[in-house]
Amino acid sequence: MKIFRHLTIAALAVTALAAPAAAHRQWLLPSATVLSGNSDWVTVDAAVSNDLFYFEHQPLRLDNLVVIGPDGQPVEPTNKSTGRYRSTFDVQLTQPGTYRIASVNAGLFASWKEGGQPKRWRGTPEKFAAEVPADAEGLTVSQMAGRVETFVTTKAPSSGALKATGKGLEMVPVTHPNDIVAGEAATFQLLIDGAPAKDIEVEVVPGGIRYRDKLNDMKMKTGADGRFSVTWPTPGMYWIEASTQDAKTSVPQAKQRRLTYVATLEVMSQ
Amino acid sequence: MRVAATFLLTGLAAAPAAAADLTVSVEIPRLAVAEYHKPYVAMWIEKPDQSVAANLAVWYDFDMKDNEGTKWLRDLRTWWRKAGRELSFPVDGLTGATRAPGSHKQSFGAARLRPLTPGKYNLVVEAAREVGGREIVRVPFDWPARARTTAGARGTSELGAIALDIKP
Repeated sequence: MKIFRHLTIAALAVTALAAPAAAHRQWLLPSATVLSGNSDWVTVDAAVSNDLFYFEHQPLRLDNLVVIGPDGQPVEPTNKSTGRYRSTFDVQLTQPGTYRIASVNAGLFASWKEGGQPKRWRGTPEKFAAEVPADAEGLTVSQMAGRVETFVTTKAPSSGALKATGKGLEMVPVTHPNDIVAGEAATFQLLIDGAPAKDIEVEVVPGGIRYRDKLNDMKMKTGADGRFSVTWPTPGMYWIEASTQDAKTSVPQAKQRRLTYVATLEVMSQ
Repeated sequence: MRVAATFLLTGLAAAPAAAADLTVSVEIPRLAVAEYHKPYVAMWIEKPDQSVAANLAVWYDFDMKDNEGTKWLRDLRTWWRKAGRELSFPVDGLTGATRAPGSHKQSFGAARLRPLTPGKYNLVVEAAREVGGREIVRVPFDWPARARTTAGARGTSELGAIALDIKP
């Protein structure tokens, strides 16, 4: 897995670590979520932006894409490309059912000073001791686990791709994410490391921000069972975000683990 | 939507008639557009809670290479969600070719109507046209009919007159 490879800290990492007030929105935007063909393709845009769903800030890096097919097995995305404002890639839907398309980021971030110069490091808990000096001056370490995802279905919706990984903050369906329509309530459950994530604030923002003056976002909190419900006012693409932090870090130098979750869901007309 | 219906009161204990026959007439309007494609059309019978009681027909490009015509079935959005996505295409007795503008009749016999228990239903006709719009028309009816019953409704964009003729 290349997930933990050493990277220059990219825009995404900075965004993921930034204080909530400064956060841009990360998202995946599929060309369709409800399909009926035998081997249809979807093309997916991936970006970090202020307004939804417009490319105006940074591309989402495609280093950590994880696409799971209806049989629960990984599917290789193709035609990956990263431009100035957005990345894009394709997924061919060769099996009927539901695909989970995600960018999954996890790791440790360290910064310190060496001879007066700032140093930055990103990597895995396993490499931390070897690569970050134990006596580093002014060392600050943080841990993050982030998932940005969307779902697409060809033919009938299925659940094989939707099983929880048990890592970080994630969403599992009560209502299938490709079976949602305007005017009907949909319910989902948030999990942290596989256990219900209670009392987490969830923000739901409809796309198309550029053509209206109000954000029209909805905010709700998960119950004790980690569940939350949304009744969609109109058809369209919606951005769902939740974040929290805890102290379940992998190394003692990191005091806090920041967990973020984003999903893009398409709400159809009845 | 205006519904012209002539119903006879049916007894509460009415049994489904063995030889009943239901004929649907669908008018596809002639449209003055630069790029015209014959619409995909689906028709089914729904219960008052909008769940599906019986699938009747879907007219689409079923004879394309590699079954490519199924790609656009999802544009019949309501039908696809409620009655289409679980099926394997083409479906015997359900699949038909797209129709040109004009009025088209299709009859459904006792075998197709067997799932209908006595009660209230809607005939639902949905049309979706490539580079065009989508429209749904519903025609309420009671089942079974004690005497010959006709009912109808009219679409305003992608569908014209929809008529239902039930012979007990």
